[in-house]
Amino acid sequence: MDLSRLIEVYFNAGVAWTYLPDLLHGAWVTVSLSVLVIAAGLVLGLAMALLRLVLPRWGVEVMRLWVDCLRAVPPLAVILLLYFGLPSVGLSISAFWVIWITLTLILSAFAEEIFWAGLEAIPAGQWEAARSTGMTQRQTLADVVLPQAFKICVPQLTNRTIGITKNTALGTAIGMPELLNEAQTALSFSGNATPLIMAAIGYLIIFLPLMALAGYLERSMSWGKTA
Amino acid sequence: MRPILDIQALYKSFGDAEVLKNINLKVGEGEMVFLIGPSGSGKSTLLRCCNRLEEPTSGAIWMDNTNLLAGDTDINRMRQRIGMVFQGFNLYPHMTAEQNVMLALRRVQGKSEAEAREIARRELDRMGLAERFGHYPSQLSGGQQQRVAIARSLALGPRVMLMDEPTSALDPELVGGVLEAMREMKAAGMTMLVVSHEMRFAREAADRVAFMQAGEIVEYGTPAELLAREGGRARAFLGGEH
Repeated sequence: MDLSRLIEVYFNAGVAWTYLPDLLHGAWVTVSLSVLVIAAGLVLGLAMALLRLVLPRWGVEVMRLWVDCLRAVPPLAVILLLYFGLPSVGLSISAFWVIWITLTLILSAFAEEIFWAGLEAIPAGQWEAARSTGMTQRQTLADVVLPQAFKICVPQLTNRTIGITKNTALGTAIGMPELLNEAQTALSFSGNATPLIMAAIGYLIIFLPLMALAGYLERSMSWGKTA
Repeated sequence: MRPILDIQALYKSFGDAEVLKNINLKVGEGEMVFLIGPSGSGKSTLLRCCNRLEEPTSGAIWMDNTNLLAGDTDINRMRQRIGMVFQGFNLYPHMTAEQNVMLALRRVQGKSEAEAREIARRELDRMGLAERFGHYPSQLSGGQQQRVAIARSLALGPRVMLMDEPTSALDPELVGGVLEAMREMKAAGMTMLVVSHEMRFAREAADRVAFMQAGEIVEYGTPAELLAREGGRARAFLGGEH
């Protein structure tokens, strides 16, 4: 293998320097989009799980159907549908917000399932103990049930959140200038693979701290158990 | 003796199954009343009706001139005066012993952090847990957990304590400490309604025993009365080994 050739194609300093501003811009778009997706997706997912506690049976069925559809459908299909389909009914949304809406809805569907499973895993005795001391249902939920449910949810939420948020890269399919899109553009202009390596490193820099944060959360909720 | 808890014509059904039938029971101030009987006889259900963890189908439960079952009764307010201790302790695993006791003091009674902590420490101290304030439930034995749970109830200043098989989930060598705590509560004048299979303890400590069968109280009296009743079903039960 020709090492100098490898370096020139994949780790070319000149190319890297030329396209760094574009890639940084793309990284910024990816980061801001990811933060917005994670925030809205998790909040919406939790809200839906809590709503499920009080919905009548038919309401739960409707919600489950909605959630199952979102979990089943490929994100790219929704993105293309919203981006190319909506203008034909007179509604046009920018690529950034199409991605945001799609990924937020999909993340919220998975998050709802995970939060709900967490809520269900809390034994009835926890509710009863708190209610027997005169606490209201809302207080019991906030102080007793949710903190325990969160602990159960963190590992799965982390996986899903990262898995879905990485789909911001699908923005490249509708020409949104996020990190991967900028890297591909740079690749075709330069005829050099270095921008792709830079994008890969960029994704690591963006997502590794998320995993570290999740690990920290799990450890901080050991509650006296040495795991 | 003036009853603290006065249960009148109480019925409870789950679907078609009638699990409590015409229950009438008075628990006087400072009395320790035991509910005994075979499994499925409705003891726990009756106990859980007394703070409406189960909703009775009909009847009345009077406490301090308030019918707990009336539609306009603020049950959350009344529950502060009705402590409950569970078979499975049901401590909050994400909170230390002290925080377990403090939670309702803060949220329900609106006490300051400092005041709640002071009360929590006093109650835990009374339960012999002075060294365990900062321990999580997972770091405590079953007996210690149950005494934290008792402290959690007593901290709110209840007039009556409902105890649902408080020692059934404990290893035999840990039962004594919880029974001792109950003895001390009784000595301090606490009114208690207890579901238990600790027959030796019932014989020795109970003021009254209600023997339940198939959703009804079929025998009622002091332990000595029930033990003396020839041919009574409660006699064989109460005379048992435990």
